[in-house]
Amino acid sequence: MFLSVQPMHIPDGFLSVAVSVLLWLLSVAAIAYALQRVNRELGERQVPLMGVLAACIFAGQMLNFSVTGGTSGHLMGAAIATILLGPWAAIIVMTAVVSVQALIFQDGGLLALGANLFNMGVIGVTVSYFAYHTLRRLTGDKPWSIIVSGFVAAWLSIFIASLAVALQLAVSGTSPANVAVAAMGGVHALIGIGEGLITAGALAFLLATRRDLVGAGAPRGESSRTVWLGGLAIAALLAVLAPLASAHPDGLEWVAEQSGFLDRAQGPLYNIIPDYLLPGVSNEALSTILAGIIGLLIVAGVTLAVGQSRRRRASEGETK
Amino acid sequence: MTHAHFLDPYRPRASLIHALDPRVKFLLAVGFILAAALTPPAAWAAYILLAALALAATVLSELGVGYVLRRSGLALPFVLAAFPVLFTLDGAALLHFRLGPLVLTLSDAGLVRFVSIALKSWLSVQAAIVLAGTTPFPELLLAMRSLRIPRLLVAIIGLMWRYLFVLADEALRLMRARAARSAAAAEPGRRVGGTVAWRARVTGGMAGNLFLRSFDRADRIYNAMAARGYDGEVRMLPIPRVPLGQRVLVGLALAGLALVVLLGYLL
Repeated sequence: MFLSVQPMHIPDGFLSVAVSVLLWLLSVAAIAYALQRVNRELGERQVPLMGVLAACIFAGQMLNFSVTGGTSGHLMGAAIATILLGPWAAIIVMTAVVSVQALIFQDGGLLALGANLFNMGVIGVTVSYFAYHTLRRLTGDKPWSIIVSGFVAAWLSIFIASLAVALQLAVSGTSPANVAVAAMGGVHALIGIGEGLITAGALAFLLATRRDLVGAGAPRGESSRTVWLGGLAIAALLAVLAPLASAHPDGLEWVAEQSGFLDRAQGPLYNIIPDYLLPGVSNEALSTILAGIIGLLIVAGVTLAVGQSRRRRASEGETK
Repeated sequence: MTHAHFLDPYRPRASLIHALDPRVKFLLAVGFILAAALTPPAAWAAYILLAALALAATVLSELGVGYVLRRSGLALPFVLAAFPVLFTLDGAALLHFRLGPLVLTLSDAGLVRFVSIALKSWLSVQAAIVLAGTTPFPELLLAMRSLRIPRLLVAIIGLMWRYLFVLADEALRLMRARAARSAAAAEPGRRVGGTVAWRARVTGGMAGNLFLRSFDRADRIYNAMAARGYDGEVRMLPIPRVPLGQRVLVGLALAGLALVVLLGYLL
């Protein structure tokens, strides 16, 4: 299960604190709004449904098919959730899935969870919604319309989300924009095909067995126009930003430096205490060695204490 | 046909860390990860101290150092994303590679940034593993609630966890049925089965079937809940207070982590 760690889940350590916090704020705002909408629009029946469907998407990520030589395609699920449940419930379901992946299975970091929620929840769902319903309107009542729209929505949700990951890595200074955008975009353009094929297959199956389920996430009046516009905005913004960033690899960092938030993220204390050294510890190598010794002492102390308490527990067990 | 990915990582032990309040553990884990993120690149002394803290927590938790280290390799493939940094940062050249028409130059600044990112990520994963390994899921739900996460979301995450293993088994049944009806060639390299698109279509059908079973199951669950008096209101037990001693512990530990970050900047 080498590929069970998907390249879409950003672990901790790869994003700067400023980027992590900003995306946390954006995700929390979007999720709070989605919760409000779900509370208002859906009945009490939906609570167990959303829980079970979150588990279903989680379990559905196990279903894979071999592509070639050990690689396999599998499901992220944002598109199918959006099509079946509508955008607001889909954001909640994806939030549950991505949070549990981070919290329990270390698929993606905790500090980076805000970013992962944003990429797979907010971006994945809004882009799917926008793509699916635009295409459905364009293709009308053709029998293949739902399946083709589902394929495109799923592919686009993966591709656009991966561009967002690349840009976040670039702004954090983890990966140069020109390489990150090309690599992430290229890999996920392929992964997206798998996602699209599975989504289309699932829709074809549901059309054949339970046609009523597929129409359930259809747009209802102005409530979903926000999501549609959001999807359009995200897709357009990333479509412009990504090539721009890859043409000028330093462009993003330049913008970040100009607006000052890279500085604030990376060296706030530097400016307050420039070139300060601890009294008595003037040598960098010396301080590293000192840290090593302190670290060794901590670990050795803890190990001894745990060993002691284990032995005591064992002997107590014997005397009882 | 087991699936390691779906094993509950919680391991019951009688350790000190297991006995801590889940909120305390959660705060400490997030504080540790935040400290690792805030530490500047190349602050080796601070990294050593953080690694010692992570190792100490692992030993205290009695999860087994080998277990935590094995699991912490999980996030390793993502390091590839930071790989280009090795060659694109300006700095003193260490090595030259020739890759076709391309000449890649490994710079010292790039190497430092890359190793720093990999180390921070690795340390953060260890903290998350200790948290998940020592805290049963219902206690994590309690921690979520005291973090003011809306009840509806907590209830959905709780239901998801409850049915995750049921649906994982369902997915395994689907895969076993597919395997039982599929042929495999004895000699390697011989093509069996349909095209990739056909295989994907079949997998899609299985995913659709999983969705269908989930819809049906959700109906049954709702009926069962309604039979026991569910009326749409999510009711939960009141949250107990964190003991004073553990509050002091959190304060001390976070101050210690802040000190490590400060050291990272000073040295």
